[in-house]
Amino acid sequence: MSPESLVEVSKQKKASSIKQWLTLDNRFVPPVFITLILLAGQLSYGILESYSKTLLAIGAAIAAELALGRFMTNKWPHLASAYISGISVGILLRAPGYWPYIVCSLLAITSKYVLRWNGRHLWNPSNFGICAMLFLASDAVATLSIQWGNNLAAMVVIWLLGSAIILRLRRFHICAVYVVSFLLLSLLRARITGDPWLSEVSPITGPEYQLFIFFMITDPKTTVRSKWGQSFVAFMVAVVEMFLRLDQSIYAPLYALFIVGPIAMLIEMWLNSRRVPMLDGATLQSTVAGSR
Amino acid sequence: MNSMAMKRVLVSVFFAGLLATPAVMRWKAAARRVAIGPSLDKQADLSRYGFYFEEVSHAAGINFVHKGPTLDPKLNDIMPEVASMGASVSIVDFDRDGWPDIYVTNSAEGSKNHLYRNMHDGTFQDVAEQMGIADVNQSGTGVSMGAVWGDYDNDGYEDLFLIKWGRPELFHNDHGHGFTRVSEQAGLPPWINANTAVWFDYDGDGLLDLFVGGYYPEDVDLWHLKSTRMMPDSFEYAKNGGRKYLFHNLGGGRFEEVSAKVGINSRRWALAASAVDLRGTGHPDLFVANDYGVSELYLNDGKRFHEAGEQTGVGFAPKSGMNVAFGDIFNQGRYSVYVSNISEDGTLIQGNNLWVPKEGTAGNNLVFENLAREMGVELGGWSFGAQFGDLNNDGTLDLYLTNGYVSLDKSKSYWYDFTKIAGGNSAIIGDAKDWPAMDGRSLSGYQQKHVWLNDGAGKFEDVAQAVGVTDTYDGRAVALADLWNRGVLDAVVANQRGPLLLYKNTVAPGNHWIEFALQGTVSNRSAIGAQVELSWNGQKQIQEVSGGSGFSAQNDRRLHFGLGKDVQLKDAVIRWPSGKVQTISNLVPDKLYTIEEPK
Repeated sequence: MSPESLVEVSKQKKASSIKQWLTLDNRFVPPVFITLILLAGQLSYGILESYSKTLLAIGAAIAAELALGRFMTNKWPHLASAYISGISVGILLRAPGYWPYIVCSLLAITSKYVLRWNGRHLWNPSNFGICAMLFLASDAVATLSIQWGNNLAAMVVIWLLGSAIILRLRRFHICAVYVVSFLLLSLLRARITGDPWLSEVSPITGPEYQLFIFFMITDPKTTVRSKWGQSFVAFMVAVVEMFLRLDQSIYAPLYALFIVGPIAMLIEMWLNSRRVPMLDGATLQSTVAGSR
Repeated sequence: MNSMAMKRVLVSVFFAGLLATPAVMRWKAAARRVAIGPSLDKQADLSRYGFYFEEVSHAAGINFVHKGPTLDPKLNDIMPEVASMGASVSIVDFDRDGWPDIYVTNSAEGSKNHLYRNMHDGTFQDVAEQMGIADVNQSGTGVSMGAVWGDYDNDGYEDLFLIKWGRPELFHNDHGHGFTRVSEQAGLPPWINANTAVWFDYDGDGLLDLFVGGYYPEDVDLWHLKSTRMMPDSFEYAKNGGRKYLFHNLGGGRFEEVSAKVGINSRRWALAASAVDLRGTGHPDLFVANDYGVSELYLNDGKRFHEAGEQTGVGFAPKSGMNVAFGDIFNQGRYSVYVSNISEDGTLIQGNNLWVPKEGTAGNNLVFENLAREMGVELGGWSFGAQFGDLNNDGTLDLYLTNGYVSLDKSKSYWYDFTKIAGGNSAIIGDAKDWPAMDGRSLSGYQQKHVWLNDGAGKFEDVAQAVGVTDTYDGRAVALADLWNRGVLDAVVANQRGPLLLYKNTVAPGNHWIEFALQGTVSNRSAIGAQVELSWNGQKQIQEVSGGSGFSAQNDRRLHFGLGKDVQLKDAVIRWPSGKVQTISNLVPDKLYTIEEPK
């Protein structure tokens, strides 16, 4: 899931005030938050396949991060991002076997080191891992879809907690644009399909969808930099999702982000390369290391 | 190539390997499936698996095709999904001739149920009309969803409770010559939308009581809807279903509804229920599998029930429960419970549950763990009815599962729209008018069935295709019975809007068996709740006479034990519901024992 890179923004925002020393390290805020969601979901709804599978996903992600980070950069990486990827796989993936949890986590982390352009990885790691599993192992995996109940309370809790952290990271506009776009496009979808409008709205009213809104499309490392750009990308995710939904794709939002995210990143890099002089080798190397 | 480039190549190769892993796993799974795929050589299958099935319904004179209901036109868009149940099968020797008969329900308005009398020559004859239990789906009275048999007045003949979406019916068996409708005298309510019922003597007074589990709320007339807001308000946490009933048998053909008084209060959407003494207390516990939610386990102290789903581990993870079957799968004298759910590749993988008692837990501390995946019985598609039974007489209980929800246009699926609505807010999912139209699309249709062979060492192997179970109808109910008194278990399968299938079993010679037909005297005459613990060759297996199990089904009340080869039978200990314990020694295999409870 996206929040691995929330850590990055958190680091950038880290104030130098002495108060910082008395509060939780910002790098740990997203992991703590997503752990709270996991525990709340499990204790109230039993969302997990099992604790062992979730722990396996987390363990595989952390082990991959340690091994690949050390191997590629000769430094021990910070593990907050890998923890979030692992826990996201543990929440969102549903599979009867154990191997999909390991492979998905490994794919998520490894994609960061392999699928790069100009020193930046292109896909949100957990989005990549889960989509890859859905493409390649549809006979063995599904994702969390309807296991979080249908009541308003769970959604409100996620919105309150999610809004708090996303506002703090100044990315709430991404969520807002996506939600408004989804709702407007649902009118269009209902018109095209002839299905009741509420059936088109229905997906976004489920609690599990909020994870996508707050933690995947807002991933700082795999979204563009400008506020307007971020809003446009969120809109495009909703547009591509609409077409995928018209094609009856069950995992339309995940696939939409899988498609739109990297394209947006590449376009931004191309535009930047036209505006900014090429970085020298030393700076590039430093950027590569830093982006991990 | 510099060091960084080399590292990138190595990591890329690793990445490619990861991407290839699902294909490798799929290839391995496919290779395994091919190994036990369809076979044309019955003799080879017989020697390999010890049995095979032949579908013989037509040869046996059975040409029954189930018809589904047509509900309120306001539900037209999703009619195939809403009107997707009603095919059921129950085994009963209604005329006490020593040969099992078959009762099947129909569900179209005006359609007729069938009672197939066993003609002892391999054929059956429908006698429902002449017995007075055929025309039970008349317009305005609702339609049949299932049937369970029990001798509620202890006159020696099995009486019929008809489970309906509509007016529930109790028919008294007039000594095998006909049936008399006694619903009003019994005190049954005017309308219940139920899919499950169980006969059992919960208080041990020698009279059979009746549990009925509501599905839709009882104030909903599915043919005349006041509102389309009658769907579950959640896909996995719904509590707006039908109420539950426990009819305490007062004797004299009268019943008193006591569910609230004895601690059964639930509005979950019950689809299957069965009762067995899980803790060795002498009192039958009640297990209820709920659609759109968790299962419930009502522990019985003989007077009251205590819901212990979470405490025992079976009531935490919500799924779509559609079956309850008990089986001593390890021959250890303990029951496991099989609950079926939904699994659809790439969409929704709930997995079926095989609840096995945890080592070291028993009695009031009983805790179950789900070993369905470890034992190989987790994935069964959109699973419905399942039953345990020793299909090859090797001494271990196997598992027969039927499945498939709505088979319409094979090339078009409703799954996308189903997931779209099912994950939404309760205000949306709970209203039928918000559901997208099915437009002839299938929803987990045309599925292959599963016949899982127990290897006795903790694994089940699916041999359905190899042993001749190749149908792909929308299966609902399975009942097992030794239909022709040959010492083997045959399978009868009821399909929604499909034919009744009769799978005749042929078992390889050499494996032995023993059967028990029990009759209560102090206990209820049906002996429902009587448990036989059979010891042989250093192992023991328990089985209990059931008043309904699986999904909309009831097996033959006679208990069938496979024994394997080189049998050294020790004894059979019978624990009657009255508390009496009877030991039968000097047993010989390959024989049906008829045993009456000592007075």
